[in-house]
Amino acid sequence: MTTVTNTPAQATALSENEGPRRRRRFRESQEDTRKINWWATAFIAVCSLTVLIPLYLAVMVALKTPDQIATGTGFEWPTTVRWENFADAWTRTNFPQALLNTGLITVGALVLTLLSNSIVAYAIARNIHRRFFRTSYFYLLAALFIPFPIIMLPLVKQTSLLGIDNQVGMIILYTVFGLSLNVFIYTAYIRTIPIELEEAATVDGASTWRVFWSIIFPLLGPMNATVGILTCVWAWNDFILPLVILSDPGDRTLQLAQYVFQGQFNTDYTVAFASYLMAMAPLLLVYIFAQRWVISGVTRGSIK
Amino acid sequence: MSTATTKTEAIVTAGSRRVRGRRPLTARAEGRAAPAFYWMVWPALALFAFFHTLPVLVGIFFSFTNYPGFGTWEFVGFANYANLFRDDRVLAAYGFSFGFAIAATILTNVISLAIAMGLNAKIVGRNAFRGIYFVPYVLAILVVGYVFQFLFSNSLPRLLPNIPLVAENILSNPEWAWLPIVILAVWQACAFAIIIYLSGLQTIPHELYEAASLDGAKSWRQFRSITFPLISAFFTINMVLSLKGFLQVFDHIVALTNGGPGTATESITLLIYKGGFTGGEFAYQTANAVIFVIVITIVSLLQFRVLQRREADFG
Repeated sequence: MTTVTNTPAQATALSENEGPRRRRRFRESQEDTRKINWWATAFIAVCSLTVLIPLYLAVMVALKTPDQIATGTGFEWPTTVRWENFADAWTRTNFPQALLNTGLITVGALVLTLLSNSIVAYAIARNIHRRFFRTSYFYLLAALFIPFPIIMLPLVKQTSLLGIDNQVGMIILYTVFGLSLNVFIYTAYIRTIPIELEEAATVDGASTWRVFWSIIFPLLGPMNATVGILTCVWAWNDFILPLVILSDPGDRTLQLAQYVFQGQFNTDYTVAFASYLMAMAPLLLVYIFAQRWVISGVTRGSIK
Repeated sequence: MSTATTKTEAIVTAGSRRVRGRRPLTARAEGRAAPAFYWMVWPALALFAFFHTLPVLVGIFFSFTNYPGFGTWEFVGFANYANLFRDDRVLAAYGFSFGFAIAATILTNVISLAIAMGLNAKIVGRNAFRGIYFVPYVLAILVVGYVFQFLFSNSLPRLLPNIPLVAENILSNPEWAWLPIVILAVWQACAFAIIIYLSGLQTIPHELYEAASLDGAKSWRQFRSITFPLISAFFTINMVLSLKGFLQVFDHIVALTNGGPGTATESITLLIYKGGFTGGEFAYQTANAVIFVIVITIVSLLQFRVLQRREADFG
């Protein structure tokens, strides 16, 4: 089971890393002439503290007792560690439910986005010279310039009328709203894939769908990674869409649960911070283990 | 029979149009695409139109009514729009959003360009540092914002009791509460901007700098004449994306001040949310949103123009 789920990811990660790593090694052999720049190292090291300080503060506060918070600045090392903060946060924010909701929405949006958006992009990329497909392409692209506030109020009416003001609705919305950017990302990539392969398959009698699933989709690895990362980070961390769409407290996502908790117990810092750490942890862990892969994926999506 | 002829004619005309359009005359380019291709696109288009375009149109429609979000409504013409321009709260929200967005955009770009250049130099542990700087990208702004809120309201007043501004909670100071919001926004946005600048900087060959220093160019001169012109496309992208994103600021404010003290830090998105959902101003705030779309589009296009002209000047 685990092997099955791991292999494709690892395979992509490997093929992903090969390019940049080889290039980097090549560059490093070139760079060897440069001396190590200690001023730059010091500058980068000092500045990186500004990234780490808030995270350090979050961990410190989450480990303390309320008394230590009341008297200190929050930065001191805890005198006694109070692990119950995490247990309290677990029950008070109804953490398992929120985690399940966020997980469901993120995974649902991820799978549906990868499967559907790539198909749309394939059809558009291969027919961009036809008016219908070209118009569709620019229609989707134009939506990138429409800010969310204008659709926010009517959209809420619409989803509650349809009865999809729940996780299913969120999955649909992320998949549909993602189309604009994802089709743009996929299309540019698909157009670099030579068409001869598909033509050969068509001659052998494969249908258009068959061609897509057995030839194109496997070749989309790097772009699937990019789109997947962007979708995951978006769906996991998003706050405004769940805030306005989800109506039932049982449907709350992790971010929404933090918001509600903050509103109810806004001075209960130790438990709140434990809960923040738990909300951040899953994505942060994924990032720590797949760091290089995540960075290259995001870069690929934004640089053309 | 007749339909078959029309179809053939259509194919022929389409084909000849292709020739006139100087497109490569391959077998694919002629006529209609395989039906499967249409089936791949139109369901997605229909869903997109339903969930994205329809709400926009409904919003525009209701912006000409007095609909409070429930019950009955009637047309009021341009009254909502006329009132927007006389509403001090709306004008203040635009003022705040623009001030905030400009400050955050400039700071984000200056800081992330500096850090990207540092990361591009030959330094110890470059990949580890690059990894650290990207961490904020995967964290939710809301949650990080709550940590910053604690930092500004509890930690800093005790750590720095002698600095007048931070000694009392800066978040409850109507004059300066925008500053922590800018700091949070820059902290978060730099992660992405650094990566963009870094990939821009990596396209510049080192030989250029070596040649320049042989010619006696100092670092500032190298930056002005080599680095900046060569990454100006990345600069344009970052400036446009940051400004557009920051103008729509929402999560940061909810976490830090919730628009307060009073309405001192209320952004346009927050105002639309508050007024539209809890203030019974559905139609009025939709009109506000329509104006907001127009403003954002104009600003983005203007910025593109100006920055691209700069690019041309440098090149």
